Amino acid sequence: MPQLEIRDLHCSYGAEPVLRGVSLAIERGEIVSLIGPSGSGKSTLLRALIGLNAPSSGEVLLDGQRIDYRDRASLRSLRERLSIVFQQYNLFQNMTVLRNVMIAPVSIQKRPRGEVETSAMALLEKVGMAAKRDAYPDELSGGQQQRVAIARALALQPQILLLDEVTSALDPERVKEVLDTIRALARDGITMLIVSHEMAFVREVSNRVVMMDQGKVIEIGEPQQIFTAPRESRTRDFVGKILKH
Amino acid sequence: MNYDFDLGSVVAELPYLLGGAVVSLQIAVITFFIGALFGLFGALGLVYGSTASRRVIRGYVTFFTNTPALVQIFFLYYALPDLGLLLSPITCVLIGFVLNSAAYLTEIIRAGVISVRRAELDAAQALNMSGAQIVIHVILPHVARTIYPPLSNFFIILVLGSSLAALFGVEELTGRAINVSTTNLRTIETFGAVAVIYIAITFVASLSLALLGRWAFRVRTRIF
Amino acid sequence: MLQRILTEAPEFFSTYNMLFLLEAAGRTLGMTLIGCSIGFALGLVLAAVRGSSSRPLAPFRTLSIIYVETFRRIPFLVILFIVLYAIQPVFPDASLTLIATVAICLLSTAYLSEIIRAGLESVPQQQLESAAVLNFGPLRTLFSVVLPQAWRVILPPAVAFAVMFIKDTALASHMGVVELTFAGKIFVERGFSPALGFGAILVLYFALSWPLSRLGVHLEKRLAAARNP
Repeated sequence: MPQLEIRDLHCSYGAEPVLRGVSLAIERGEIVSLIGPSGSGKSTLLRALIGLNAPSSGEVLLDGQRIDYRDRASLRSLRERLSIVFQQYNLFQNMTVLRNVMIAPVSIQKRPRGEVETSAMALLEKVGMAAKRDAYPDELSGGQQQRVAIARALALQPQILLLDEVTSALDPERVKEVLDTIRALARDGITMLIVSHEMAFVREVSNRVVMMDQGKVIEIGEPQQIFTAPRESRTRDFVGKILKH
Repeated sequence: MNYDFDLGSVVAELPYLLGGAVVSLQIAVITFFIGALFGLFGALGLVYGSTASRRVIRGYVTFFTNTPALVQIFFLYYALPDLGLLLSPITCVLIGFVLNSAAYLTEIIRAGVISVRRAELDAAQALNMSGAQIVIHVILPHVARTIYPPLSNFFIILVLGSSLAALFGVEELTGRAINVSTTNLRTIETFGAVAVIYIAITFVASLSLALLGRWAFRVRTRIF
Repeated sequence: MLQRILTEAPEFFSTYNMLFLLEAAGRTLGMTLIGCSIGFALGLVLAAVRGSSSRPLAPFRTLSIIYVETFRRIPFLVILFIVLYAIQPVFPDASLTLIATVAICLLSTAYLSEIIRAGLESVPQQQLESAAVLNFGPLRTLFSVVLPQAWRVILPPAVAFAVMFIKDTALASHMGVVELTFAGKIFVERGFSPALGFGAILVLYFALSWPLSRLGVHLEKRLAAARNP
């Protein structure tokens, strides 16, 4: 059974339809990347999955169970199994790095402080930010903030990690440190759904690549196939344009 | 608690009350324009004047913006007769309002004057515009656009502030409300109606000023 | 007039009078403090309700807007009269200070609610979303994430409001509350020169208001610098 199954998902921003029937199945431990032109609905798909934009029709099943996006308890439970990292402004500016990572497990999940601190420090070690535990976000570079944001997303021990263009707002020098962090996580076996423009990275780290355009899935395939021998013309156009850069 | 609301007696007095609203607006308008004139001189004095005149103006502004208008008028109302000046209540009130407003308006206009960006002035010079041309085409429009929203707000504050005149016997809206309620003893209804009238005139005033601003200066201000 | 001031001065500046003035000043400050505290607390509730998005709160959102827009467009004097005539029939023993304080709080709540709302809205949407996806409830989001970031935007206009508010309390004198302005009236009634009596009152108001206004300017500079490095 796929870990995450998306069936004919539709989602609108007000009156504008953005997702026009997306279907996708993701297996446990898979790393799936979403590529496509701006406005194709990639970010909206991630936001819809985690309930920030309510889907208008279609189904999402997590471990076979249907998610009811209108039920508060269902949303809470969903967000303990799915975590998201945004493009920017993730970290709570008024809290230190450590508090950012610890606050959800301690205050929301009510786990004991000592235990949470230990695992939080372990996560910060993993993303290479342990030394900055007492720093405030405005003292950190964009890349450092994103690494902490990833640690924070992992603090609730999610089963699936959603990464929404996490390097797009960073200076080129900072992009590598975040990509390296994601690479390390990939080796740990967590399921990831990544939206990114970093094609070399996508090609290297993904198990499958999904090409989206105008709210629909155009093509799904292994990185090798998508980038060298795309079947659909729109995929060919997009990949051609991107790789020329 | 039984209390029969009698709006009829208030409705009967509506023309009288609305007349009071007109007086309130008149007070606000007179205060605004005379105050703005003084405010303009004050602002120019603060920006371009000598050190001595700056000190005097700064002292005046600081004093009048940190003390209540009501007490300023009380001072004039009770102290001027001692000096031999017997002025009518409305005159005292207007003088007090003007002195008070001029202080705030000096600040508002000053902020507008000093906000003309260095860049705009340099650009105008580079385009070989003469001093007068720079003033007319660069400085004045910019200042006008910058100070229009705070000036509009201040006018609304003056409309509400005109109610102070009632405490000196002036028959503007609040004053007439006091008169009416003393006679018909329908205090809640009268003051309720007057509150509604104030809300209505400030709404209309805000809306008109906002529309005027958009049309004349292309200034976008909040209507709501 | 100056002659009169000089002759009356010694009697005016008696210990009794000074203590009386101190008490009146205390009442002015007290009304300001209570007005600003209650106004801030209730204003926060109104602003939070207005910023909420849950459906059951919709009627309260409308009420919040109506309340704020109403009480910001009525002169304080009229609010005082309405409160007076609304309370007295029901509670004939209510003290004038209480009535004035209720009126003061009605006004301050409306103005402070707008100031707070602007501050709350200045926090980026992504902060709210980050809290939501971590399963923060609305109250926790407000107190742990939004307010700690909003206070920088709230504080300068709030201080400016307090400065304005000290002057508004002068109207409570019409209700017979023995604050500074009323004290001035008493002195004039007792026969002192109005220039001396009200002059002293003006100086006292200045002494209360000016330091606060300097604080506001200072805060504005410091917080603006922090936000635009």
